[in-house]
Amino acid sequence: MTDITPAIEAAPPTPEAMEAAWRRVQLARHPQRPRTLDLVPRIFEGFFELHGDRAFGDDAAIVGGPAMLERQPVMVIGHQKGTDTESNIARNFGSPHPEGFRKAQRLMRLADKLGLPIITFLDTAGAFPGPAAEERGQAEAIASSIKLMTGLQVPIVVVVLGEGGSGGALAIGVGDTVLALENSVYSVISPEGCASILWRSREEARAAAAAMRMTAADQLDLGVVDVIVPEPGEGAHTDHAATARAVKTAIMSSLQSMAGRGTAELLMTRYARLRGMGAYLETGAGPSRPPEAPSLRRRIGRLLRLPGVPRRPRWSEIWPSDDGDDESERGA
Amino acid sequence: MPIKFPFSRRAAPSDAWTKCPSCDAQVFNRQLERTLRVCPSCGHHFRMSVGERIDLLLDPNSFEERDAGLEAIDRLGFHDDRPYADRLEGSRIKTGLRDAVVWGIGSIDSQRVAIGIFDFRFMGGSMGVVVGEKLARCFETALAERIPAIVVSASGGARMQEGTLSLMQLAKTAAPLVRLDESGVPFIAVLTDPTTGGVLASFASLGDVVLAEPKALIGFAGARVASDTVGEELPDGFQTAEFLLVHGFVDAVVPRGELRGTLSRLLRLLPVPTVADDDHADLDRAWSPIGALSGLAERVGGAVSESIGIDAPGEPSENGSGPSGITVPATSDTEQDRT
Repeated sequence: MTDITPAIEAAPPTPEAMEAAWRRVQLARHPQRPRTLDLVPRIFEGFFELHGDRAFGDDAAIVGGPAMLERQPVMVIGHQKGTDTESNIARNFGSPHPEGFRKAQRLMRLADKLGLPIITFLDTAGAFPGPAAEERGQAEAIASSIKLMTGLQVPIVVVVLGEGGSGGALAIGVGDTVLALENSVYSVISPEGCASILWRSREEARAAAAAMRMTAADQLDLGVVDVIVPEPGEGAHTDHAATARAVKTAIMSSLQSMAGRGTAELLMTRYARLRGMGAYLETGAGPSRPPEAPSLRRRIGRLLRLPGVPRRPRWSEIWPSDDGDDESERGA
Repeated sequence: MPIKFPFSRRAAPSDAWTKCPSCDAQVFNRQLERTLRVCPSCGHHFRMSVGERIDLLLDPNSFEERDAGLEAIDRLGFHDDRPYADRLEGSRIKTGLRDAVVWGIGSIDSQRVAIGIFDFRFMGGSMGVVVGEKLARCFETALAERIPAIVVSASGGARMQEGTLSLMQLAKTAAPLVRLDESGVPFIAVLTDPTTGGVLASFASLGDVVLAEPKALIGFAGARVASDTVGEELPDGFQTAEFLLVHGFVDAVVPRGELRGTLSRLLRLLPVPTVADDDHADLDRAWSPIGALSGLAERVGGAVSESIGIDAPGEPSENGSGPSGITVPATSDTEQDRT
């Protein structure tokens, strides 16, 4: 079988690794980095933006609509950050509320109905964590978006432009091919968030960024990303037009590679891709069982009808509560 | 041979009592066991281990664990103040579990179900690759055997130590649910304290029916993150089971004592549609990896399914020691680390 040993020995991130990872994080967050709406007119023609989730409102942190890609109609959906303070406030810094994800779902269903390939652009620090978002079902919106994408009968190409921030990114990031710009990052939680939980200090974000292996190259190695799109010069922010050309070429070749696939093969391959995410050990250990033979204590207890003596084998005997919950072991 | 009689317990006082975090009452541990770990004075629901959940929900002697041997791998070489492998080992010793989910086949009032149960004690119930794999297999087995799926969640979210691979488990666990929809197999999500982050943002929110235990913390972002973000006090009862009920994301808040009966009722009310034996198109649909595929095959006269011809991925191996954990065709050249 294939190797099951870790790719690298666990060790605290070196200062060099921290600097390298952090440089990518900063490039991914660069204020002049091209956003979805910077690239869309350069890649597609006739983009027509559609608004609203038909239930609550329109979320400016996610944009989308049909467009032409070399005479082929496609559906374009992406996170949208602002370029200055004013537009960032209008765009909520690219962090969607549930209505943003529900708008995306609506557009995906339209694409599915008409057989349009879907191109998505990921660039968000994460889904917005505020109370209004919780009230309107942020988790449900992300979950149903992810589920919808796994079953869409059209090709999906995902492009990680800048920050691929956790569930808010994955909500429009399930695809057949995932492209990532060279200096983009993708992570399960922001490096600051990870640092504040595991290192108990936001100042350790560099260490967290390195430990999570969130650069595009790392993601390629992990199999989360399929293709890296090189950036011009010092980074995408230096030349939006050249970045757009590189992204367009990569999208075209991804779509062409899927052109021969029928719907069934497309869905099967997508399912297999997701199903294969991550490695694990399959030890030969058999199923656990609760103690079967009554213990002497139980036998005597039942004979004498003592209180608190279990009558049958109980799973809680092998997996009991210990009331020693370690609250520091948190997830994202 | 030492004989331990029940009346000769010499348990230390600290082990005999638990302080209720909600009402500060001192509760005798033996009493807590009898009340299903619900505080007798205020009704606070203490967390349960996976073993206690099995005893609570399933018919005696009905549970058969599946895929017990799956173990996590430190694919990232993750190290914060200690290596991820050490944390895993610590959790294994503390809990007697191999990872944060146990799944298997059991029955509730003689109704067979595929059930996955989280144990929060194992690294905060966080979802890494093994948790995602077990749940995906749980759903795929429910599909193959046409029995309802149930997942009882208690999780802080995705496991940071596995990076984006843990994020991808959100999609890995959501994808089989599309097939359950297509094949008519119900999925019931039971949310217990706490169910947050990536677990809530995937299968836990996607139940055909979503139940929750009273006062359980259920939310997407940590309450602290939320209050930091908006810089204001959060409303009372924010991110509780009752909050989600009011806002339409939970079907019912069910006290623990009624949970088993509620599940039993729902299983009767939401039966898996029977498939006629002579209807091969429908049988294919139940077993096919993609319902849409066989739906298509029906439309075009059954030509498509033969021409594809692959097995359902993740078909359960009988004894959990099968040569390959998952047998996914295609793309294997890019997936070197699968066992």
